[in-house]
Amino acid sequence: MTTPLAPAPAGGAGAPAAPEAAPAPASPRALALHRLRRQKSAKAGAAVIAFFVLAAVLAPVLTAISGTTPDAVDKKAVDPYLGGLPRGSLGGISPDHWLGVEPMLGRDIFARLLYGAQISLLVACASALLITLIGTVLGITAGYFGGRTDAVISRFMDIMMSFPSLIFMIALLSVARDVNRVVLLIGVMSLFSWPYIARVVRGQTLSLKHREYVEAARASGTTNRRILFGEILPNLTGTVIVYVTLAVPGLIGTEAALSFLGVGIRPPTPSWGQMISDAVLYYKVDPMFFVLPSACLFLVVLAFTLVGDALRDALDPKGGRT
Amino acid sequence: MIGFLLRRLLAMAATLLAVCALTFAVFYLLPSDPAAQFCGKDCSADRIQLVRQQLGLADPLVVQFWHYVTAVFAGRSYGTGPYAVQCHFPCFGYSFQSAQPVWDLMTDRLPTSVSLALGAAVLWLVLGVGAGVLSALRRGTWLDRTLMVGTIGIAALPVYFTAMILLYLVVTVAGILPYPRYIAFGEDPAGWVTNLILPWITLALLYAAIYARMTRNSVIETMAEPYVRTARAKGLREARVVGRHGLRPALTPVATMLGMDLGGLLAGALITESLFSLPGIGKLFADSLNKADQPVIMGITLLASFFIVSSNLVVDLVYAWIDPRARLS
Amino acid sequence: MTPHPLLEVRDLTVEFSTEEGPVRAVRGIDFTVERGRTLGIVGESGSGKSVTSLAVMGLHRGATVTGSARLDGTELVGAPDERLRTLRGRRMAMVFQDALTALHPYFTVGDQIAEAYREHFGGTRRAALARAVDVLGDVGIPEPARRADEYPHQFSGGMRQRAMIALALSCEPDLVIADEPTTALDVTVQAQVLELLMRLQQERGLGIVMITHDLGVIARVADDVLVMYGGSAAEQAPADTLFTTPRHPYTRGLLDSLPRLDAERGTELRSIPGSPPSLLAPPAGCAFHPRCPRHAARPDARCTGDRPPLRTVADGHRSACVHDEVTA
Repeated sequence: MTTPLAPAPAGGAGAPAAPEAAPAPASPRALALHRLRRQKSAKAGAAVIAFFVLAAVLAPVLTAISGTTPDAVDKKAVDPYLGGLPRGSLGGISPDHWLGVEPMLGRDIFARLLYGAQISLLVACASALLITLIGTVLGITAGYFGGRTDAVISRFMDIMMSFPSLIFMIALLSVARDVNRVVLLIGVMSLFSWPYIARVVRGQTLSLKHREYVEAARASGTTNRRILFGEILPNLTGTVIVYVTLAVPGLIGTEAALSFLGVGIRPPTPSWGQMISDAVLYYKVDPMFFVLPSACLFLVVLAFTLVGDALRDALDPKGGRT
Repeated sequence: MIGFLLRRLLAMAATLLAVCALTFAVFYLLPSDPAAQFCGKDCSADRIQLVRQQLGLADPLVVQFWHYVTAVFAGRSYGTGPYAVQCHFPCFGYSFQSAQPVWDLMTDRLPTSVSLALGAAVLWLVLGVGAGVLSALRRGTWLDRTLMVGTIGIAALPVYFTAMILLYLVVTVAGILPYPRYIAFGEDPAGWVTNLILPWITLALLYAAIYARMTRNSVIETMAEPYVRTARAKGLREARVVGRHGLRPALTPVATMLGMDLGGLLAGALITESLFSLPGIGKLFADSLNKADQPVIMGITLLASFFIVSSNLVVDLVYAWIDPRARLS
Repeated sequence: MTPHPLLEVRDLTVEFSTEEGPVRAVRGIDFTVERGRTLGIVGESGSGKSVTSLAVMGLHRGATVTGSARLDGTELVGAPDERLRTLRGRRMAMVFQDALTALHPYFTVGDQIAEAYREHFGGTRRAALARAVDVLGDVGIPEPARRADEYPHQFSGGMRQRAMIALALSCEPDLVIADEPTTALDVTVQAQVLELLMRLQQERGLGIVMITHDLGVIARVADDVLVMYGGSAAEQAPADTLFTTPRHPYTRGLLDSLPRLDAERGTELRSIPGSPPSLLAPPAGCAFHPRCPRHAARPDARCTGDRPPLRTVADGHRSACVHDEVTA
């Protein structure tokens, strides 16, 4: 698409020439949905996400069908004379073990991947929800009330963002007492991720606050509560949805990295990062063991990025629609 | 400008103090017995007792924090009497496991990390910014589409995967490069490059993809600015319109991001260093995690914060230097 | 001088291709600008007035332009980029609406003017900067030598717009296209900037195209007026004629919506009902008919058939309304 110049004399900079008067008066939401549907990449991404979510949710059913469990050690599937490498080709793929087994212990990779998907998606999505909540509440508060409230919250966000987040997460996780590792991971990851959403929400709130309709509402004595929930929040949903979707791949990657480094999910609970960390030693002799969890990680991250990108194009056309 | 600098320095000091306080809280307040944590995994009761005395855990918390902060600037000694250990300026803690000041452990590893981060940054800047600018200027063409599809895929590649594939193809199969190990630049510049090239590519690919997408957006946005149209209306050559009026503002956010990423990577390339067994700060950190060597973990946390905070300062200064509007506020 | 008019535009059409289909932003307009005269182009957002000016300057990126635009006899439409570039800034210059965004935030005002001068005349940086200081003085900026070293954001709105004008005039162009040059300014500053433009026009014999949505500005500076609506010309006439005897219902609507000092107290300002037409799916026939009081009172098949062309209704006065009778 070419960049049409803006004929509108005021306020139209950068906007395409036509859409200021679209033929059918469609609602912005319908337009967004229409744009979203046209993107093949978004559909593919959504399909991949649906696939992995289903796999994670149905993990107990699927493993019952395949007749394996993530923790069961199968010494028969590995060859002690070959240093514990899986018997058979392609990492020991067989009717018993659909995707092969781990070297040494012979645990079933198919089952471990399914349960790993549970952890990966659970941790990432729960963190995403948590940072949405914290980020939106603090961002709106800072942007709407301004003044000292804003100064305090913004300063706090600055400090949180000048932390080496991965290192600090690891430090925290390494001293934390073992309670529930999943909850701990969600908490620690959220702690360092909310400022990014809060900053965006704050900026949007600031600009919304000075729109005429909000100022009019305020001038006519509408309560803060009504303005926040009636005028500001509905206008933020698009942005928040986009940023959260785009935050998910980062969170999935972080969870994998933490588990890879041994401070995330503790064995025997399977997680992709941990599997990759185990597989790194065998990448030459048993490439399948390494490739499978890496591929899962790649696909899920890619899928969320594609959907997030498409959402941004649809809901937030100023953010560089191509 | 002086006032601006002073204010920034003050803000930086405040941030660092906050980071120190949080680090202190994490390592001294969270664990039920910091001495046991600091002593490490296999530590006898006697040694834990000794460490407790050396750390001064009996002192009031404020005193402990004071010792902890002043140590960075003035050094300190842990404990008294025959078992006292000396930790000179700048004291980032003392590793009881390896019986060395953390600072010495870190400075040994720093050249590796700096080499890795800087080399990778050069690579990703050239690749990422180049691809981004090209994509933006050829917007809508097959080249643009290919680059954007490619970058979204590359950005999703896990580093583990990139690293292992590179090792497998280049080292194992083709055998054109040695398995990476760190060689100091001063010792053998050619060896420095050939040994670091795979880690550089691994790190740079990910960042290059992200930078390419960001640069593209930024360039497209800037080229639609009214001032670029003014530059054309003046009758300037297109090369000058793009180069001087378009790219300078378009690349300002890229410079900002570069500063932050570099600051983060100096002590934060944990996974890449681990995958290639490069003896950098990140590898030290990962190893210390395995040994539960808390003083080192804490020291690196502080060092990493320092890198990030100071790179933020540099970014602010560079920003003010590039964009005159930033000098006032 | 030369027998050619300074700017002669014939049947100029500008078309964009968008995702939703082609958009004809300007459809076949004609006008002429003579040296020392001012043509006012007036219309609402999306009427095609700004697109017209950009098309003349060759700044219509991504749009298809057909028809003809001759600057002093030289054809601009379809001319090679390099040829256009040497004319831009040098023979025809542009003053943009919002000088804060139209001037580059990273460079000093003097630098930006000097850059244009050197592009067209060469010479040393020092000489170009001296020239920049001169023009800044010409447009009435006090202490031009000091201000030349400052950045746009350090200027007040009015001073910035003067700097923008200085930039346009630095290479002594023959034609200046001013696109809403005073819209972003306070009323008093607006008047100063318009006076400046008129003074410079008298001193240098500039041809000016003044693009605005503000009939007040037109009344003050224009010799001739082109009223645009939905991408075509609705009415074209000398300014005096247009204000005394407007023919097109759209022009009348615009004039009625102006506040008047001689109006009786309590008279309400009238606005034109409805909103500007979609360029993507313009109404059939006269683009104004859905909002037209004449059409509402007396529906006519000619209003909804083909788009009505401009017809001469009096000497030098052309209107595109099918209801207009030729009176002279």
